[in-house]
Parts: sequence; structure tokens; C-alpha cells
Amino acid sequence: MHRKHVKVLEDVLDANGTIAAANRDDFDRAGVTVINLMSAPGAGKTTLLERTLRGLEGMRAGVLEGDVQSTLDADRIAHLHVPVVQINTDPGFGGECHLDANMVRSALPSLPLEQLDLLVIENVGNLVCPAEFLVGEDYRVMVSSVTEGEDKPFKYPLMFRACDLVIVNKIDLLPHLDFDLDRYLHNLDAVHPGVDRLLVSARTGEGIEAWRDWLIRTATREPAPA
Amino acid sequence: MHELSIASAIVATAQKHAGESPVSLVTVRAGRLRQVVPDSLEFYWDIVTRGTVCEGARLELEIVSAALACGACGHEWTLEQPHFRCPECAEGDVAVVSGNELEVESIEIEEEEEACIAST
Repeated sequence: MHRKHVKVLEDVLDANGTIAAANRDDFDRAGVTVINLMSAPGAGKTTLLERTLRGLEGMRAGVLEGDVQSTLDADRIAHLHVPVVQINTDPGFGGECHLDANMVRSALPSLPLEQLDLLVIENVGNLVCPAEFLVGEDYRVMVSSVTEGEDKPFKYPLMFRACDLVIVNKIDLLPHLDFDLDRYLHNLDAVHPGVDRLLVSARTGEGIEAWRDWLIRTATREPAPA
Repeated sequence: MHELSIASAIVATAQKHAGESPVSLVTVRAGRLRQVVPDSLEFYWDIVTRGTVCEGARLELEIVSAALACGACGHEWTLEQPHFRCPECAEGDVAVVSGNELEVESIEIEEEEEACIAST
């Protein structure tokens, strides 16, 4: 027996990246724009989607729900008569804390991709792990609610840096909280300078129209109006 | 807890390069900007390597510091806190020079002399 040193120099998540690229090819072929929607648990992703999809005119949307367990979120979306598939990540070790490219790939046959303009992948609620795993998305959007505190960008920089848009949710609660919005936006800007942000309340509907516009703009790939 | 997935991915990568040979050491380079918790990775490492060519192999983690370069003034610095604006000119147009790595750098495998001769 002798020991042999072997140079590898390979990205640990190379296999995930390969499958994500295959997903992306399928999405591109079908002409569907894909959003990976990420947040902490309870930030309001599903409520935001319900509110958004209800008034999303002229665009055929589908949803892929990721949760450790249950079909609760998919059931909520199904009420909107939108194609929806639930992925549960629970087999094994108490459930994976994120969606990966292979989980998304396994769900694709259940979605009518050819008939969609937009697919929203609602990731498992978690501010750490989903940021590490590409799933084939065109854009990454995170929901950050004002009940989570101003310091979150500094605590979870990878997530805040991995996204193309930050939706600041639950702004209807601002009068009842000590949350300092200016300070939060300042912290966000330190971690991800210049990242797009939208202030919304999924509960009251404030700011939702701007979010729908963002979705329509990105899905139709038309430049933003001057 | 995505360290479970990361640990499994490291084993799969090592296996690809080791073939049937037992692996004694796996060296992984992890950038400071990646959220890999070394203790957690070690914990899962012992579990996911069971019954694989990596069983009993040591996992060595090299942490790569986060280096940034300002696109406006050219200033380069090592990131200690997650403040990504240039400390010199406050511009936000900065490039990550290092710190995003998460790669299997190398492995060490045990080879039988006879097997080497037979395979050549």
C-alpha cells in the first residue's frame, strides 16, 4: 500500500450546479421565467404570493412550494387556481433545510411548463442554506419582514448578497414596532450595495402593485420604463 | 444544517476521483463568505462517510479569507465584518477576489502496489 496525492480542484456543489443548469435549459426552452423566493420562516412568502397572484393580469403563473413537511402552503395557492406542486424535503434526517436542483428537477414533470410565463419556487423558510443551492432560477428574490430586526443583513450576509431583489414585508406593522427602517436600509446597503428593494405589506396590499410590475418586467424581459 | 448536503457532496466528489481506492484524507477549501460551520461539517462527515471509500478518512478544512477589490479606486482589503462598501471611497462596486470558494482541493488515496501494476 502506498499513499497517493490526487489534485481535485472541483467545486463541492458542482453536481448541484450541473442539474441546476439542466433545469435552467428546460425553463428557457419553455419560455418560463423562474424566481427563487427565499426568506426566514414566517416572513410572509406564501401570503405575499397569494396577494400577488390574485391580481397578476395577463401572465400565466405557476408555483413550486418547498417545505420540510405538509401541503399547507400548496393548498393555499391551489385556491387561486394556479398550477402548484409541493415538494417535501422530509425523508431522512428530519428534513433538508433547503431545496436543491435535484428536488426541483424531480417536480418538473408535474408542472405544465409550456403553459407558464412565470414559475415561482417558494424555498424552505431559512436564511442560511437556500442561498448555497442554485435550482435553475433566473432571479433570486428574498422576503425580509420588519418583525425580524434591523441587524439581519449583517447576520445573514450570504442570503442578502445572493438576491437580486429584497422585498421588505409587513410594513403595515411599522407603527407598532421599534424597527428603524432607515437603519435597516442602511445595513442592507452596506451588505449588498445598491440592491433593488421594495417596501410592501402582503396583508394590506401596499406596494404589491410595484412588485407585480417587477415580476411582469422581468418575465417579459422588457427594459424598465424610464 | 446544509452541512449534511455539503458533506455528502464532498464524499461524492472524492469518490469520483478515488474510484475503488480507500481515501485517507480529503482537503476542502472553504471561503469565509460561504456559510459552512466546520464543527457541523465534521459531525456529518463521520456519518455520511460510513460504508464509502471515505470511511475513516480525515477531513481537512482550509478556510480562505475574504478579499475584496474596489472597482472605483482599486483599493484592496480583507473583509472582517460584512461591510461591502469600499472603506476608502465608499463605492459599492466591489469585486470578491477570494472568499467564495467551496472546493475539494485534493484527496489522498491508499493504493496497493500490485493493483497499480495490474492496471497499467
